[in-house]
Amino acid sequence: MLLQQLVNGLTLGAVYTLVALSFSLVMGILSVLNIAIGELFMLGGYLGFAIIARGLPLPLAMAVAMLGACVVAVIIQKIAYEPLRDAPLITPMLSTLGFSIILQNVVTNVWGSDPLQLPSEMFDGDFQIGPVRIGVMQIVVIGVTIILVGAVAYLVQRTPAGRALRAIAENRDVARLLGVSVSKTTFLAFAISGLLAGAAGVLISLHYAAITPYIGVDIGLKAIAVMVIGGTTRVWGALLAGPLIGIAEVLTIAYGGSQIRDLVVYGLMILILLLRPQGLLGGARSDVGQRV
Amino acid sequence: MSTYYAGLFADIGILFLGAMSVYIILATGQLSLGNAGFMGIGAYLASFLTVELQWPLTAALIAAALAAALIGVVVGFPALRLKGIYLAIATLGFGEMVRSFLLNFDRMGGSGGFHGMKHVSLATIWLWAGGILVLIVLLERSRLWLHMRAVHDDEIAANLVGLDTTATKVGAFGFGAAVAAISGGLFAHHYVYIEPGNFGFERSIDFVLAVILGGSTVGPGALIGAGLLVLLPEWLRFLADWRLAAFGVLLVLVLLTRRQGILDKPLLDRLTFGGLRA
Amino acid sequence: MTVLALNGVGKRFGGIQALTDVSLEVPAGRIVGVIGPNGAGKTTLFNVITGAYRASSGDVLLAGNNITQWPSHRIMQSGIARTFQNIRLFASMTVWEHLLVAQPRAGGLWRSVMPIGWADAEARTRAEDALVFFGLEQYRDVIARTLPYGIQRKVEMARALTAQPKLLLLDEPVAGMNAEEADELRALFHGLNARGLSILLIEHDMPFVMSLCHQLYVLNFGVLIAEGTPDAVRNDPVVLDAYLGTEAA
Repeated sequence: MLLQQLVNGLTLGAVYTLVALSFSLVMGILSVLNIAIGELFMLGGYLGFAIIARGLPLPLAMAVAMLGACVVAVIIQKIAYEPLRDAPLITPMLSTLGFSIILQNVVTNVWGSDPLQLPSEMFDGDFQIGPVRIGVMQIVVIGVTIILVGAVAYLVQRTPAGRALRAIAENRDVARLLGVSVSKTTFLAFAISGLLAGAAGVLISLHYAAITPYIGVDIGLKAIAVMVIGGTTRVWGALLAGPLIGIAEVLTIAYGGSQIRDLVVYGLMILILLLRPQGLLGGARSDVGQRV
Repeated sequence: MSTYYAGLFADIGILFLGAMSVYIILATGQLSLGNAGFMGIGAYLASFLTVELQWPLTAALIAAALAAALIGVVVGFPALRLKGIYLAIATLGFGEMVRSFLLNFDRMGGSGGFHGMKHVSLATIWLWAGGILVLIVLLERSRLWLHMRAVHDDEIAANLVGLDTTATKVGAFGFGAAVAAISGGLFAHHYVYIEPGNFGFERSIDFVLAVILGGSTVGPGALIGAGLLVLLPEWLRFLADWRLAAFGVLLVLVLLTRRQGILDKPLLDRLTFGGLRA
Repeated sequence: MTVLALNGVGKRFGGIQALTDVSLEVPAGRIVGVIGPNGAGKTTLFNVITGAYRASSGDVLLAGNNITQWPSHRIMQSGIARTFQNIRLFASMTVWEHLLVAQPRAGGLWRSVMPIGWADAEARTRAEDALVFFGLEQYRDVIARTLPYGIQRKVEMARALTAQPKLLLLDEPVAGMNAEEADELRALFHGLNARGLSILLIEHDMPFVMSLCHQLYVLNFGVLIAEGTPDAVRNDPVVLDAYLGTEAA
């Protein structure tokens, strides 16, 4: 059953990858931990869920979820981040926490605090490949993730906007001198981050066939670990680390009991921070972290 | 006092101690998002000592504080390699690891939690909280605290005026961990039931929030912050289901309009008629 | 007696040899200057002495103790204090706090955790003296970083002196000052020196160095190329060549 576990781990890992990318776009570029990303992700899940439950097609659900989370992400940028740009980095982190509290409360009031279940007949077809059974849903999750990561990688590596993002990540002051618009680029980072979180939310509700208002914290913290393990400045880092953590998690549940799962994930994260602070694949230098 | 208010004041005292634990570490420029982990260690250890070994509470709290201090120092050493947000993330990982460890620690109930503690009085909680507050307010006027602030402001310059920055930073972690453990021990003996979920990320964030909201440059700020964090959701009860959203809005507003927190040195000096000068 | 001695000190950064076989002495009660063109290795020299960098070869002796491998804070506690080329004051501290923070720790842990106002009259007296000596009384409770540049320099020097050093390292103390302020500082250093303090300084301002120092060393590309009294160095053809060769280019 090892192969089967790998496939399951891969699906979960795909979601981690997207949320981790969402975190790292803001953190790698602006050194700010946007705690509300966990809730953007949860919000995306609910928006997508609402569309799917009405019997409307999945692409529409994805679009609405991504757009909704993107709009909220930009609101967070304008209100919670922009005015506090020069404050020590705890302050913007906590103002994003304020939004995370608001979002959780709003979602709870709109959809209730009990888990919502997807109708079980959704995406229940599957393919048998040798001993492995792959659900249609799993293919959708992995496929969408690959497309989105590819799109982000293209944007960051090949377009002028991506160059601006990387320039600011490298050195904000120099970037400004070179004529990069910091406020436009910040806006872009938050917006893409929101799009990814929204998409990931829909995918997780497909993966679990259920969603709760509290899913943001759990997956969000995990995604932070994935971001650190992959490294904050390389898109490919998260693509490697997401599935790695997903698989490690599924395997520890299968063979070591579900309880030691988090111990393994966060232990690995701390190890990476201490031994290879730039992440498995990449460039962020933790030794130049901003003063708190 | 009604049980309702007694419960709220107990929460404030416990949260205040947790906030203090963050404040002490933050005074050296290090942000810890994992202090709920130290709190959990203190809660479980103190409960074990009073329930299983029948120790008196005071002795159990002191022992738990000392043990947590030791763990804090052990955590503090690797933390020296990290700065800023990366340090914060590593401590977050530490906190989650402690929670996860407690979930697996069947000797103390695992995910089922642990109970059997004797209920502690509100007076005892506030004796500890008040004691720590006085201690910190005095300490803030000492040479040691100046050294901590020097490390906070400019580590290299601090080193080059003869301050041992390593010992200062690691020591702050140990001290903060001890205070968090006391907070945990009191929490356990106030609620007389604990489970690993009590000591997760949200608790760590509450501590940081109380410090930043109340004012991160003066010790009594954490008291204001803890009070607000506990009382505000109560005062907003008339908003029924929307009170947490309102709380979130207020939080953002305070941070936007007064980023140094509600209490700062000038305000404190005005309130205390010039204050106790160093 | 020699306060500070460097014996054959070298410092490599990867492939770059920043200092080569530097030997110099600061005799007790003297003012010694190190001059040299930009990039000659002067600041690296200070960083090696204070333990911010470890010497790749050679020894640094402070009052006879080999301090080459000591951590910075221990070196600074053993009698060296320094100022920085670009002033480094503590952002949150008042002038008064700057005068307390660097003082030597006497009385052990107990005294350092007690409020200074109760337990450490000695420290307060010393800070009070420094305040008066540098004419900083009116700025006592002002956040030091908000003061004008010249005053900040004084605060930094006062902070260094409250550590009660045997040797004061000054990194370009008159950079950015006008002639009048430089004269004031010169008088100040002479006064400190008259009280028995030894001084090692690096400085670009030639007239200032020549009028202040008893002894000069000339550093070029990490190598000492000359030493002697200011007059001897001024007329040394090797020195003239080094300066003309680099600065005229």
